[in-house]
Amino acid sequence: MASAVRDLELDLDAFEGPFDLLLTLLLKDAIQPSEIDMAGIIVAFVERLAERDELDLDACGEFLVLIASLLELKARHLFPDEEAELADMEPEEAAEELARRLAEYRRMKLAAVWLRERLEDQSELYFRLGPAPLAPSPERRLAAQEPLRLVEAMRGLAVEPPRVSLSHIALRFPPVSQFVERFRALLVRRRRFDFDTEMKGLSRVEQAVAFLALLELRKEGEISISQAAPFAPIRIARADEPLFDTDDGRMLQWTARSA
Amino acid sequence: MDRPLRLISANPLDSLARTVEALLVVASQPLTVEELAEATADDVERIETALGLLRERYSEGRSGIVLQKVAGGYAFGASREAAEACARLFERPVERGLSQAALETVAIVAYLGPVSRPEIAQIRGVAADSAVASLVERGLIAEAGRENSPGGAVRYRVTALFERVFGLESLAALPRLDDIGEDQAAIRERLLEVAEARAS
Repeated sequence: MASAVRDLELDLDAFEGPFDLLLTLLLKDAIQPSEIDMAGIIVAFVERLAERDELDLDACGEFLVLIASLLELKARHLFPDEEAELADMEPEEAAEELARRLAEYRRMKLAAVWLRERLEDQSELYFRLGPAPLAPSPERRLAAQEPLRLVEAMRGLAVEPPRVSLSHIALRFPPVSQFVERFRALLVRRRRFDFDTEMKGLSRVEQAVAFLALLELRKEGEISISQAAPFAPIRIARADEPLFDTDDGRMLQWTARSA
Repeated sequence: MDRPLRLISANPLDSLARTVEALLVVASQPLTVEELAEATADDVERIETALGLLRERYSEGRSGIVLQKVAGGYAFGASREAAEACARLFERPVERGLSQAALETVAIVAYLGPVSRPEIAQIRGVAADSAVASLVERGLIAEAGRENSPGGAVRYRVTALFERVFGLESLAALPRLDDIGEDQAAIRERLLEVAEARAS
């Protein structure tokens, strides 16, 4: 078997693995052919061909033979009784059965011709087509009622249900305003600070809230934010202060807006 | 003049006929005599007489609207002489592009229904999945339970729309299967002839 066919990886509802394993399982009756999505196998093979970008005629031929056999196997499996029925019959009986089926089909074919003619005859008749009318609402019939059971049910409802704990979904983090105040106080003492250094020891949620506070301050025009490169330390400075004193005296102003 | 001139017919059924007429105008599908009797709170015999009056009034050549007995009931439709004008404005989408396979399938369902897809496939010798799906989509056939065996296949029957589209009063209006088709014995003879010719 050509390796392109043998190693074909399949991911079907009923089977996941290489094609040759599927064939082995089918031949050992470990998987029913009716469960296998043949179109899925064909799509997988065509995709494999497209990936390789070259036409492997040997593999294609091999695949065609195999998939045709599988389809035949599946078809036979879908109509097992019919095959057995005809095989068990004497030739005379089989001919009789075949003739019966052919006659039945022929009658249906002619019935279809009659319907076609009927349709042509009716083609000049136009009528209104509308949605089916609303079905009348079914009459509700209640079973015999027991007042005591109603009392029991009401009593059950009257009890206050236990309070549902939401502690597992509660997010505990400080308000943004707390960090806003903290950064303002910091910038009174220092002209610049490093965000990562200040955030040391805080949880991820607290760091996120702190960053929101930074954005808030930036929006208010109180600070400048700078990051020299992705993942580099985030520098914060008062809005009226230069972020860096560069070698050539120019100021690097990477603001959140420009980033 | 002793009596005033009467322009309105004194036929007591006229009033009932007008009510039936109104019901048929509102209905989007054929109404049975029983349904009309229930709606008008009148008896079946009187409804049938009223329908007789309406059939006379709404007939080809007399009116643009024709009262048809179809799909087990009565319905208004356009007259044949209006067909050309209707065709310019409307289409009959249900039967547009109905394939030979679909016609054979609907014939099988009409004659043998309720019938399952495997049974249809056995008669036609090919899978009936797409034909059945197309007929269900058009509303010509509908599900009618399942076969009795465990996990039995869905069975199908024809709908009232089928009878309407094909202009059948009921399924009894279909020709008898014995009247059409080649005799089974004749087919058997032909099969045997072919077999003998091959053997020789």
